[in-house]
Amino acid sequence: MSCALPAFAAASQTDPAPPFAVLMELTHRCPLRCPYCSNPVALDTASAELDTATWKRVLDEAADVGALQVHFSGGEPCVRKDLEDLVAHATEIGLYSNLITSAVLLDQPRLERLQRAGLQHVQISLQDAEAGGADRVGGFKGGHAKKLEVARAVVAQGLALTINAVLHRHNIDRVNDVIDLAMDLGAGRIEIANVQYYGWALANRAALMPSREQLLAMDAAVRARLPELAGRIVVDYVVPDYYARRPKSCMGGWARRFMNVTPRGRVLPCHAAETIPGLAFETVHDRSLSDIWRDGPAFTRYRGTDWMPDPCRSCDHKEEDWGGCRCQALALAGSADATDPVCELSPAHADVAMLRDRDAAALGTEWTYRGL
Amino acid sequence: MNAVAPHVAETDRLRLAPGVMLRNDRRRDQWMLMGPERLLVLDEMALAVVRACVGPDAADVAAGIDRLTVEYDAPRTEVAADVLEMLTDLRNKGYVVT
Ligand code: SF4
Ligand code: SF4
Repeated sequence: MSCALPAFAAASQTDPAPPFAVLMELTHRCPLRCPYCSNPVALDTASAELDTATWKRVLDEAADVGALQVHFSGGEPCVRKDLEDLVAHATEIGLYSNLITSAVLLDQPRLERLQRAGLQHVQISLQDAEAGGADRVGGFKGGHAKKLEVARAVVAQGLALTINAVLHRHNIDRVNDVIDLAMDLGAGRIEIANVQYYGWALANRAALMPSREQLLAMDAAVRARLPELAGRIVVDYVVPDYYARRPKSCMGGWARRFMNVTPRGRVLPCHAAETIPGLAFETVHDRSLSDIWRDGPAFTRYRGTDWMPDPCRSCDHKEEDWGGCRCQALALAGSADATDPVCELSPAHADVAMLRDRDAAALGTEWTYRGL
Repeated sequence: MNAVAPHVAETDRLRLAPGVMLRNDRRRDQWMLMGPERLLVLDEMALAVVRACVGPDAADVAAGIDRLTVEYDAPRTEVAADVLEMLTDLRNKGYVVT
């Protein structure tokens, strides 16, 4: 998640500044089956999901800890029949509501109900600029057409629309078409994201990794358009990790801006944190979000700079990128305690290039759809 | 050739973009523009500019600049330059639209 948010001042020396937002993964259920889904490979089942009353309490705790926004996500949050109810509750207690959705379960009447409940913003993922490719990646026939219909309804209703486009080998050449489509739909913002290789995407890396030539062409195309797009659509664009020389500040820094609650109520510093062995996670049944944010062991483990090894420890950028992504360090360097190997100063950086080039050359690899 | 987006002009009428609201956060004692998955903390000057030049019932930007010129007792050309730059930035970041 890209983020140019100001850091809030901490209330005291010992208490961390409050989070900006709480991401609520209401469910892992989803009618789509994207092979790069960021949900964990072991998905929570419907019966394990928190009930309405508990989610409302978690919303209250999100406001208490000082979060300003809530992101209702998933899976597909619209499979929850209580979504309107939860949005209304968030609005009542002063939280700003974002809906992160595949849109295939939405229609105009439901959008209207959500807007009346106080929803402000809808982020819709597109799998491609054209229906054939999009429906193949999502594994859901007719999905693309439905998304376009819902996107237009979102704008017509006066809600903010963001288009989220995840790029990979099979659609990266159409980045210009995706931008054109987002503008045609009337989106205020487009996120040009590249697959992040956690969860299902990590297992499918050899089926998704774009080539260096594809990447360079996409990067040049986007950069060439940025000046003319200024003032017409906000573009959030991040160079894909495996081709970058410096890591991104993942989630704006570990346990600095966001909290994530999983469908069964586990409280995480980032949605992929469960992949890290040895981290102890609390649930919403154990303690309040405020307590967990302040001193939950998973939150304090990598917050700030004290945990850092070299080269981060002695680096001038350590409070800009916070050493990159812990989950990526685990996946690529074998330890979540290491510098993110995407950084060219990391001793494991050469391995990233090797894995990348090997996977990029594995043309013809079939992906595995995510399943439940 | 790709055209570069023009600056906000004095004749433009601006409103908050969909999903954007002006809020005071009491806990942090800060004014902010809250928008889709983002927020912008406003300092005193930025707040004055937003109040004068943006809104459902604001007239054009020129009228806002006139108001600020009186309020801050400063040369109009200087106020106009600062205000237009700030508004262009807010528009490019998606907080206001024409
Ligand atoms: S990435 Fe695809 S499968 Fe995963 S939650 Fe989003 S739409 Fe559903
Ligand atoms: S060494 Fe660490 S802090 Fe420095 S740029 Fe690399 S990842 Fe960031």
